[in-house]
Amino acid sequence: MHGSVETIRPDGTPILLRVRPWSRRPAPPWMAILAVLVSAASLLPLGFVIGVTIQTGWATASAMIFRPRVGELMVNTVLLVIATVPISAVLATALAWLTERTDLPAARLWSWLAVAPLAVPAFVQSYAWISLIPSLHGLGAGVLISVLAYFPFLYLPISAAMRRLDPGLEDAAASLGHSPARVFFRIVLPQLRLAILGGALLVALHLLAEYGLYAMIRFDTFTTAIVEQFQSTFNGPAANMLAGVLVMCCLLLLTLEAGLRGRERYARVGSGAAMRARPLRLGRAAWPCLLLPLLVAFLSLGVPALTLARWLIAGGAEIWDLGSIGLALGQTLFLALAGAALATMAAIPMAWLSIRRPGRLQRLLEGCNYIVGSLPGVVVALALVTITVRVALPLYQTLFTILVAYALMFLPRALISLRASMAQAPVELEQAAASLGRRPIHVLWSVTMRLAAPGAAASMALVSLGVFNELTATQMLAPNGTRTLAMAFWSLSGEIDYAAAAPYALIMVLFSMPLTWLLYVQSRRSAGR
Amino acid sequence: MKLSLPLLASVATFALGLIAAPVAANAQSADGIVVYNAQHESLTQAWADAFTAETGIKVTLRNGSDTELGNQIVQEGAASSADVFLTENSPAMALVDAAGLFAPLDAATLAQVPDNFRPADGKWTGIAARSTVFAYDKTKLSEDQLPKSLLDLADPSWKGRWAASPGGADFQAIVAALLELKGEEATAAWLKAMKENFTAYKGNSTAMKAVNAGQIEGAVIYHYYWFGDQAKTGENSKNVALHYFRNQDPGAFVSISGGGVLASSKHPEEAQAFVKWIAGKGGQDILKTGTSFEYAVGKGADSNPKLVPLADLQAPKVEPSTLDSKKVTDLMTAAGIL
Repeated sequence: MHGSVETIRPDGTPILLRVRPWSRRPAPPWMAILAVLVSAASLLPLGFVIGVTIQTGWATASAMIFRPRVGELMVNTVLLVIATVPISAVLATALAWLTERTDLPAARLWSWLAVAPLAVPAFVQSYAWISLIPSLHGLGAGVLISVLAYFPFLYLPISAAMRRLDPGLEDAAASLGHSPARVFFRIVLPQLRLAILGGALLVALHLLAEYGLYAMIRFDTFTTAIVEQFQSTFNGPAANMLAGVLVMCCLLLLTLEAGLRGRERYARVGSGAAMRARPLRLGRAAWPCLLLPLLVAFLSLGVPALTLARWLIAGGAEIWDLGSIGLALGQTLFLALAGAALATMAAIPMAWLSIRRPGRLQRLLEGCNYIVGSLPGVVVALALVTITVRVALPLYQTLFTILVAYALMFLPRALISLRASMAQAPVELEQAAASLGRRPIHVLWSVTMRLAAPGAAASMALVSLGVFNELTATQMLAPNGTRTLAMAFWSLSGEIDYAAAAPYALIMVLFSMPLTWLLYVQSRRSAGR
Repeated sequence: MKLSLPLLASVATFALGLIAAPVAANAQSADGIVVYNAQHESLTQAWADAFTAETGIKVTLRNGSDTELGNQIVQEGAASSADVFLTENSPAMALVDAAGLFAPLDAATLAQVPDNFRPADGKWTGIAARSTVFAYDKTKLSEDQLPKSLLDLADPSWKGRWAASPGGADFQAIVAALLELKGEEATAAWLKAMKENFTAYKGNSTAMKAVNAGQIEGAVIYHYYWFGDQAKTGENSKNVALHYFRNQDPGAFVSISGGGVLASSKHPEEAQAFVKWIAGKGGQDILKTGTSFEYAVGKGADSNPKLVPLADLQAPKVEPSTLDSKKVTDLMTAAGIL
């Protein structure tokens, strides 16, 4: 049994056993086994893409992949990414600098407003813009709406990094005669590299995965094309091959980010602690500087708010079909909570291993989850549909399958929050519990998880936020009779009944707000303020 | 070894949940029928509500598009949870029929619908119909500038001037009719020219809205989108007029929406009753009085009086069971439209 030590030989002579330190013991096998199982499950979608390509045969596959349409989609997708990501990065950096490093009036408010757009699902953002300017379409519109919907993913890490910067370096550079602009580009920006790259990767992956936003403004990407093929052929070979290309794009992004990130780190050595940066006095420039956060808040939050208000007023009491709305809300909440619970439970072994037993196995497993977490929902759903309908029919169209899809898609979110708070649970308490004869599973439950409860809660919140606004995978996998808020919204806005769709959009935004707030608070806390 | 109660309780709840979930999902169908519905949700919901009110049989919908659900049923085979399949167009019905998955419909159901609105094998029946139209911006185009035939839209003079929703089953049904009437070579050539000329919209409503907003001169859609919008606010169709191609042109194609009962249904009686009800007086009356504006096809059933009578449309004769959805998506994929 784990944790017990035999001190007496069968013949009665006592012996002394040296107990190896806790941290060097091999992981309890069941923990490792669980983690391996979760990772193996999470590799299903990748295996599916490879399997289907082999099954299709190279001749058909290459005919499906190397055709002009795929070229068009590739150009669209690449242009979207290379236009949206840098614009978002510049915008987010400027906003972060203004809110964190200057005495901009009401900086806290602007900081929250720079995160709040995350509460507006991307397809609702698109719906808001298309009702405001019906002729919006194509790349330009795609870039505009994508920036507004996703720049907070860059703002969050960049502003957190800015709060932690050691102003000593900047002071030193300034004292050597560098101009403020030069200090910013030579000293501040390089220190933000990791934050910018991480955020940029997240934004780029969202751009590849999003369906609703681009379908509404008639901009074709791989994801919209896959959904269109799915609607014409269910899981036909063309859809599967497009999914394969999309997966390659995601992997390319991951590699690119890992390559650019490099191994350099900036750290302070020597005695003392970094002092808090003095905010730059904007003086008269404060007023023109206010224009930027004001404009961004208006475009990213004001436009959706105005549009929703307009449709809600135009629709009047008629659009509040409480029966259908209540049912959709209930189903959505249930899926969100169940999905969050499953994702969090699945993340426990992984998070525990990475804190208590870091090593080669753990790094490998974590890599797997990371890759799968980067796959678009449409690919995960396509994989699960095909696998369940062909091999695991009893699981087909069940609640279980859709929850597994959510867990796969949102596992990295769960992992990050859980790991952070598990790291704060002292290992000594686990040892004490074990030495008192508690079984490992009991130790995990009554000590580790109890201390990590805030992290588990944050993980649940983040995953439910994702599930709450999920559209593509839910549509493809949900059991018969399911109608979530996002599905109802999508179906109504597809019939251009924008007024009837408004209550669903409103509820999605209202429920996402507190979760986004949590995200915001968490990011500030992680930066120590 | 001791396990704490909360741990046990939570593990038990979770495991129970996992087991109960599929059961619960199937329970929906235990006391009613599951309909794979590719028709407009609002229309089928109206049918289902009235049917349930009359018979007490519960109806659960799974919504999707024609060929998506058709291909899904084919993949699911005998394990499909669907009892009834309803579509907007015929090709998906033909697909499921060709896979041998439909049960023969009751003779009483077939007797309610004229021969020309259902396939000869009696495996499914027409439940409604819709006509292809060219919805155009009447502020930009006069009647003599309109295309005489659907085929004219392949002409370079129409480059950048017309729209369609190629991902939708509606447009794909029109292409299926073209394929049936003019053959593969002509259809492939037409699609190639279409790729050059047309602008893709997602959904027929959106295409009509774009015509109304002056973004594009015309769109190949079905008739009822215009009537539906006129009946509401008219906000998205006030500048739009409908052009019927007539003269047995491929563009005058009248598409038949189908309904059938799956051979694998575990509730065949209820499923047969539902299809019979839709094709009968109750279902057809909803087409006449409701907001769908689709044509009624039942014997002696009248369509909404606002519509151009079906008999005046001079539609080409197309046998619905021959429409080939797979060939159409293959051709459209090859043309780079999908």
